Amino acid sequence: MFSDIPVTDLTRLTLTEAREGLKAKQFSATELAKAHIAAVEQARALNAYVLETPEHALKQAAASDEKLAKGDAGPLEGLPLGIKDLFATKGVRTTACSRILGNFVPPYESTVSSQLWRDGAVMLGKLNNDEFAMGSSNESSAFGPVVNPWRRAQSSAKLVPGGSSGGSAAAVAAHLCLAATATDTGGSIRQPAAFTGTVGIKPTYGRCSRWGIIAYASSLDQAGPIGKTVRDCAVMLRSMAGHDPKDTTCVDRPVPDYEASVGRSVKGMRIGIPKEYRLEGLNAEIDALWQQGIDWLKAAGAEIVEISLPHAKYALPAYYIVAPAEASSNLARYDGVRYGLREQGRDIVEMYEKTRAAGFGAEVRRRIMIGTYVLSSGYYDAYYLRAQKVRTLLKRDFEQVYDQGIDAVLTPATPSSAFGIGEQGSSDPVEMYLNDVFTVTVNMAGLPGISVPAGLDSQGLPLGLQLIGRPFDEETLFSLGQVIEEAAGRFPVGERWWA
Amino acid sequence: MSVDAATVKRVAHLSRIAVDDADVPKLQGELNAILGFVEQLNEVDVSGVEPMTSVTPMVMKKRQDIVNDGEIASEIVANAPASEDDYFMVPKVIE
Repeated sequence: MFSDIPVTDLTRLTLTEAREGLKAKQFSATELAKAHIAAVEQARALNAYVLETPEHALKQAAASDEKLAKGDAGPLEGLPLGIKDLFATKGVRTTACSRILGNFVPPYESTVSSQLWRDGAVMLGKLNNDEFAMGSSNESSAFGPVVNPWRRAQSSAKLVPGGSSGGSAAAVAAHLCLAATATDTGGSIRQPAAFTGTVGIKPTYGRCSRWGIIAYASSLDQAGPIGKTVRDCAVMLRSMAGHDPKDTTCVDRPVPDYEASVGRSVKGMRIGIPKEYRLEGLNAEIDALWQQGIDWLKAAGAEIVEISLPHAKYALPAYYIVAPAEASSNLARYDGVRYGLREQGRDIVEMYEKTRAAGFGAEVRRRIMIGTYVLSSGYYDAYYLRAQKVRTLLKRDFEQVYDQGIDAVLTPATPSSAFGIGEQGSSDPVEMYLNDVFTVTVNMAGLPGISVPAGLDSQGLPLGLQLIGRPFDEETLFSLGQVIEEAAGRFPVGERWWA
Repeated sequence: MSVDAATVKRVAHLSRIAVDDADVPKLQGELNAILGFVEQLNEVDVSGVEPMTSVTPMVMKKRQDIVNDGEIASEIVANAPASEDDYFMVPKVIE
């Protein structure tokens, strides 16, 4: 079925289609890698990659071709991926898109990426993100913003791809890799996936090892994939997940064959619709999309149940205490001594202060300062302790819902479609934070959540629906996500205007 | 609660981030916008609620207390802005 596809169109394949094409020897891993390398070179206007590693990719592809010839292929053999610049890659510059890491070259590999290479994947390069994953638009990157491959109908205005995994989402949407790694602390996988018509899943906290992923807020950070389809994400997650003795919060339980859950019947499943998500002033198009999602799941045999998550509205304010607090602690290590940038000072304290002022961008400095403030003597109980108590209540809300026999919760993924570069957050940082209002609850409760493209708005931009699952029940999310994907269809970017 | 200019400077110093006096008013406004936003948490009755310490309850695994790594000093200092003989170099700390 692929034999008549010219090499330049190999990038249009999904990850699983490419896997089958390689297996059937319709093209080689080297041809597949070359097609992607060319696409990446032609797409520099999108700024999705902060480092291209074509030689590395060709070397890995050649090794994959040997393995494929011998019949010794891994589950991701020869499949070209992009890696978010938050994942440490051995011998390959890793910066979290911050000036403070400068030209940091890790002498080690993150566990998640090492598992992708173990399974035969090919690395095309490192992908742009908001600095230290702090942002919802990819505008805080030291490498500059990523441009969304989507544009409004009849407009050439540049839009954000969402964030923090904006490079990952844009690269997948623009066919600059078959799938990408990403991370999600408050919505950083699901929101950019929704903004670009791609699929993204944040697994349960503890499902993927955090070892070798540059830390933002350790009790919330989780790695996950962004892919072109639900099935592609299922294949990616199986390789990314799994126990790692180097991360004590990484769970020791078997990784299911997630792909087997794609296409499984959802008949009789009980889907919760949280009434608290019907925010005042919710965009009518988002509301209609949500209703559409309800109808699709109903048509597939699921039962729709109204539920209540009374503390959901407090998730975002609690997040803006917990996440900055953890960030202020995690980012204390960037001191100009062990790696990265150093600015000279009269003494060591001035050296620290000047280095950190010059090395961190405005959003990172703000979050470190908020975190330092809420943890400081006299304020800890009023802010941090209270936020952690609210987090307990929020998790209890979900536990009560799942105890009632609810299998998953359906919500919109974002309160709007992609917005223009420079449009949000310049006068009030909270405006930007509101992008994560639907996704952040999931991180605060440690649950898995998937964003699946479900339609286009009146401007012609993609919108996503989010499904939230029980802890470690990603399989149900893949089954339900597939129902939405089949009903809604896929949303490929129309015109390659950047090439 | 809101922060005044002196608190902004104190927090900046605690954060080891140099802030120019001219930038303090803008920063103060931004920090107060965030603190104003999180104020709504005060509406929540948290009496008798345990603060969350682990989002996924699990028994922390312990490792054997054995050396499983080492002899890589040169790799560790490889990214340092200043190093000498496998030591990190810093400005003079003790007079």
